[in-house]
Amino acid sequence: MRRGSGSRWLRAAGTARVVLALALLLGIVPMLAMVSQSASAQDKEIIVGLITKTETNPFFVKMKEGAQKAAEADGAKLLTAAGAFDADNAGQTTAIENMVTAGAQGILITPGDTKAIVPAIEKARQAGVLVIALDTPTEPMDATDALFATDNFKAGLLIGEYAKAVMGDKTPVIATIDGSTGVSVSVLRHNGFLAGYGLGEGGATPTADMSTFAPASQVVCSQDADGDQAKSQTAMENCLQANGDINVVYTINEPAARGVYTALKAAGKEKDVLIVSVDGGCDGVRMIEAGELAATSQQYPLKMAQEGVDAVVNFVKTGEKPTGYHDTGVTLITNNPQPGIDSKDTKFGLENCWG
Amino acid sequence: MRSLVAPLTSLGPLIALVLACAYFASQTDRFLTGTNLSLVVQQSMVVGVMSIGQTIIILTAGIDLSCGAVMALSSVVMARLAVVNGIDPYLSILIGLLVGLAFGLLNGLLVTRFDLPPFIVTLGTLNIAFAITHIYSQNQTVVGVPPELTYFGNTFVIGQTAITYGTILMFVLYLLAAYVLRQTAVGRHIYAIGNNPEAARLSGIHTVKLLVAVYAVAGLLYGVSALLAVGRTGVGDPNAGQNDNLASITAVVLGGTSLFGGRGRIMGTLIGVLIVGVFRNGLQLIGVESVYQVLVTGILVILAVVVDQFARRHQE
Repeated sequence: MRRGSGSRWLRAAGTARVVLALALLLGIVPMLAMVSQSASAQDKEIIVGLITKTETNPFFVKMKEGAQKAAEADGAKLLTAAGAFDADNAGQTTAIENMVTAGAQGILITPGDTKAIVPAIEKARQAGVLVIALDTPTEPMDATDALFATDNFKAGLLIGEYAKAVMGDKTPVIATIDGSTGVSVSVLRHNGFLAGYGLGEGGATPTADMSTFAPASQVVCSQDADGDQAKSQTAMENCLQANGDINVVYTINEPAARGVYTALKAAGKEKDVLIVSVDGGCDGVRMIEAGELAATSQQYPLKMAQEGVDAVVNFVKTGEKPTGYHDTGVTLITNNPQPGIDSKDTKFGLENCWG
Repeated sequence: MRSLVAPLTSLGPLIALVLACAYFASQTDRFLTGTNLSLVVQQSMVVGVMSIGQTIIILTAGIDLSCGAVMALSSVVMARLAVVNGIDPYLSILIGLLVGLAFGLLNGLLVTRFDLPPFIVTLGTLNIAFAITHIYSQNQTVVGVPPELTYFGNTFVIGQTAITYGTILMFVLYLLAAYVLRQTAVGRHIYAIGNNPEAARLSGIHTVKLLVAVYAVAGLLYGVSALLAVGRTGVGDPNAGQNDNLASITAVVLGGTSLFGGRGRIMGTLIGVLIVGVFRNGLQLIGVESVYQVLVTGILVILAVVVDQFARRHQE
């Protein structure tokens, strides 16, 4: 051992001091607790918490922006937090607890793990906090007071109807580039698309089994790519290897659509294939402007957050809680409108896009 | 200089923790309440227990990247066996703990028998444990776990403050580890291996056996942290723990333990865990975005290693 006896003594003394200081700290706590509790009783500030899946995804950045604007307008204080990765349940649970302690009267959350988060939400609600799910429902859905979200089935339905109108009498040979199986958003959009196109053999309904896609013989290639651009490109390359006649591609979101377009372009097929998507991010709308993407169903994260904040403020002022499902709207964006189908052009799309 | 640096390495973390607490207490009256401090400790208990394992490994100049993934696997095994297979809850817990122990043994054997660097070995077992977790759980979160598995998430009340049993277990494990490291021959041998493995071997310490034991005990502790994780969240979550390896290494470094091995103290790690927990909670309470907590943690880690480097120089 290289250590001298001097430092050994210091280490021993250090431990004693650590213990002493911790003891002091713990002793002070109850006294301060009494003081602080009487002080916080007069506190009537409205505090709203927003917990997103991650900090970085543009969808959630826009959501935060909407919440911030609404909070400023309503004179409320906004607390924000996010998971470290997409399904970071421990991180979101911790954020809920801290926000309840911080005195938030309402929490808006996009749950990362829709089942695992439920006990933490229940605790917050027992403490009298209003909890609203944004964008993604919890399982079960009634674990939160309300859900403010896009109707994902309708989002799929709109681009399905649109694709059918463009294709006319041509026989569709369809590829679908999906999120992950078993995720409700992915299944709802996929089945909505099939229903819009008149496919899915009756299995494509908003209330069908959330864990599987409806069967459709016209879909020749169906790949999970997590809505990721690089994975979607690989998936589309493989689909083209399997079937060169593909003429319609449904994608779960616009990063996936970009990956698909890159793969089609490399194969020299980008002019022969109709790509439709969901999201309405600014990059996606620009893809439509450039003629790379035919149409997308635009959703409104900013609105979800704004209406969520307003609902919390209203709850604090009037005691009225929002309940059930609240549709935040979806719009078909395309520069090639079809007769009989409501749509807006990319000018509207760019004015209302996110990201 | 030496007389100044040595207390800095041992007391620095505690000073940082007290200063952080004082700062947050001055900013919001919601911070220094029994309920809130109990919450901070509760939020730290999973990584806290994991970090005991990480500390004893780092004291031997090793490192473990697999801890979070092993914890997730262990928690999913416990929960699934009890819920899906209907096995007795206590037996499920035991098997879950053994899974952690087995992964620790595997790490230890690979490091010693094949003389492989711990960084690479545990990078491998990190991926293996992660993959097995997702294959075995079919990506499904296990809900409805029996009350025996969530015991450590229950609370008892002192005054007006609800305290979680899991946090008591964490403190007991820290005291136990401190006793073993300070008062027993095994503890001194762990430091000796980290200081100079060759000298330790020549002085008659069975270094291979001891290293395997250290990794195995660490694995068992990851199993215990899995039980705490199930208790805290009430579910078996296959996505748990993905950042916990870095979180535990951060705690160890913040606590003043040297990544070069042979120097450090287990109670420092506890303080390191609490520093991270206090910043996470305190910044949230005063309405600062969570990304600043990451920034602060980064700065503190750099400060901690700079202090460690000074201490090393002045010890020569």
